[in-house]
Parts: sequence; structure tokens; C-alpha cells
Amino acid sequence: MHSVLLIAAAFLASAVEMVEALTIVLAVGVTRGWRSAAWGVGAALVALTVIVAALGPAIATLPIDALRIVIGGLLLVFGLQWLRKAILRASGLKALHDEDAIYQAEIDDLRRHTARGAHDWYAFTVAFKGVFLEGLEVAFIIVTFGGAQKNVGLAVIGAAAALVVVLIAGAIAHAPLSRVPENTLKFGVGIMLTSFGIFWSAEGAGVSWPGADASLVGVIGFVIVVSFGLVTWARRDRSAEVAVA
Amino acid sequence: MRLMSQFGRFWYDFVVGDDWTLAVAVVALLGITAAMAHAGRVAWPILPLGVAAILFASVWRARRAPH
Repeated sequence: MHSVLLIAAAFLASAVEMVEALTIVLAVGVTRGWRSAAWGVGAALVALTVIVAALGPAIATLPIDALRIVIGGLLLVFGLQWLRKAILRASGLKALHDEDAIYQAEIDDLRRHTARGAHDWYAFTVAFKGVFLEGLEVAFIIVTFGGAQKNVGLAVIGAAAALVVVLIAGAIAHAPLSRVPENTLKFGVGIMLTSFGIFWSAEGAGVSWPGADASLVGVIGFVIVVSFGLVTWARRDRSAEVAVA
Repeated sequence: MRLMSQFGRFWYDFVVGDDWTLAVAVVALLGITAAMAHAGRVAWPILPLGVAAILFASVWRARRAPH
């Protein structure tokens, strides 16, 4: 019974972390291209393998909070910039500056670069960070859960099962996501990066979220409400200005 | 040399971007959050509310920028 519980606990805890990584990789892959995102995932997996092989059980001594605050903080800053642009575009403020054409030109340029095989460092870095941080957390889960029950092997089985399930979920989600309009996806990515950035960096700063990992859903909901509120406000403000003019 | 310059530009764009005040404000918010958390105070609302405030300020500034 203890063995089943250990596998189930490792499965659930690992699945939560893997879904977080998957969300980021899907978001970056669909909006910026899969090639560099895949390189980011691959590089993160290599880095994780090296760290786990080198440290073994001592991985639990890594300063995870410092990593969370640095990686979460960078994701938060990057996500905020992305979200700000998406809000300005959705509210029509970017169109006032003729940024829609510039934005379209950027996308075309990005596509040309991707077609020529150029590397997209944004996609690489964001995918790398997401997979590296979450992968480290999965390694922590395996070492702590397995170590506490003196059976790391069972914890590995639970985590491996979670990986299979999450990868299948990702393969299923990928097709419908690629049909979502580009602007909408960019908005969604901004919301996700900002939410994950808030969650991770706050944890790194020593915050205990009410409801632990479940509070991430609340953070995402809050960022969605704030973002759409800002779009509505900026649109209304702009309409009033046009009416006066 | 070109690779180094591209790498430097990438990190500048990644961290600073269009509005440098966002990066500065995030660092300040994280400092306040860490101080409050380590003082044993309730710190979790600081970052979400602070992020909402700086996002509002950034959109407001963009809204008022001369067209």
C-alpha cells in the first residue's frame, strides 16, 4: 500500500511540475517556432542530466529558492513586456502608432529567419528556463519522496508515468493551439509567462502561497482579469478621445 | 564578436525591452516581497497587486504618449 501511495504521490507532484513546463514550451513553440524551443528543451534536459548525475541525492542541497527568484523574475519581466504589447494591440493603441504593420513585419521577419534556419534565442531561453526549473523540481520530488520512503526507484516510476501522460496531453493540445490566431496566442503567452513569473519568483522570495501549487490557478485568473480590465479601460478611454475630437 | 554583440542585445531586449521601468519595478517588488516574507508578514499579495499596478502605469504612459 505504501508503494502505491509513493508512486501516486510522485506521479501527482511530478505531473503538476511537468504541466507547468509543458505550458511554457507549448506557448513558446506555437508562437515563436518549434525548432529553437526544442533546442531549449534539449539543452535543459542535458543540463538536468549532468546536474542529477553529478550531484545524485545531494541535489536536494541546491539553492532552489535562488533559482526560482532569478528564473521567475526574468520570466516575469519578459512576460510583462509581452503582455503590455498585447494589451496595447488589443486596445487599439498600437494601431494608433501604426504598430500593427510593424508587428506583422516582425512576424514575417521571424518566419523568414526561421525558414533560413536562424536561431531564436527568445524561444530557446524561455523553453530552457521552464524545463530546467521544473525538471529540477521533479528531481527534488523524486529525491525527497523516494528518500523519505527509502525507495527512490518507486518515485522514479511515478515521475516517469507522469512524464508519459503529460507528453501525450501535450501532443493532443498542440494541434488545436496552432489554429488559434497569432495575436490571441501572444496575449495568452503573456498571461502565462507573467503568472508563472509571479508564482515562482514569489516562492523564491520566501512567500508561502495559500493553497500551495493550486494558487497558481488563482494567479492566472487574476492576471487574466487585470489584463482584460486594462484592455477595456484603454479602449473606452480611446473611444472617448475619438468622440471628443 | 558579432555573436557576443547579438548575445548582449538579446539579454538587453529580454530584460529591458520597450519599457525599462517594468524591470526596475519588478526588482523593487521582489525586494519588498522578500523583506516582508522574511519578517514573517503575509507577503503573497504584494507581487500580484504590484504587477497589476506597474502594468496599469505602463499602459497609462503608453496611452498618454504623443501619437
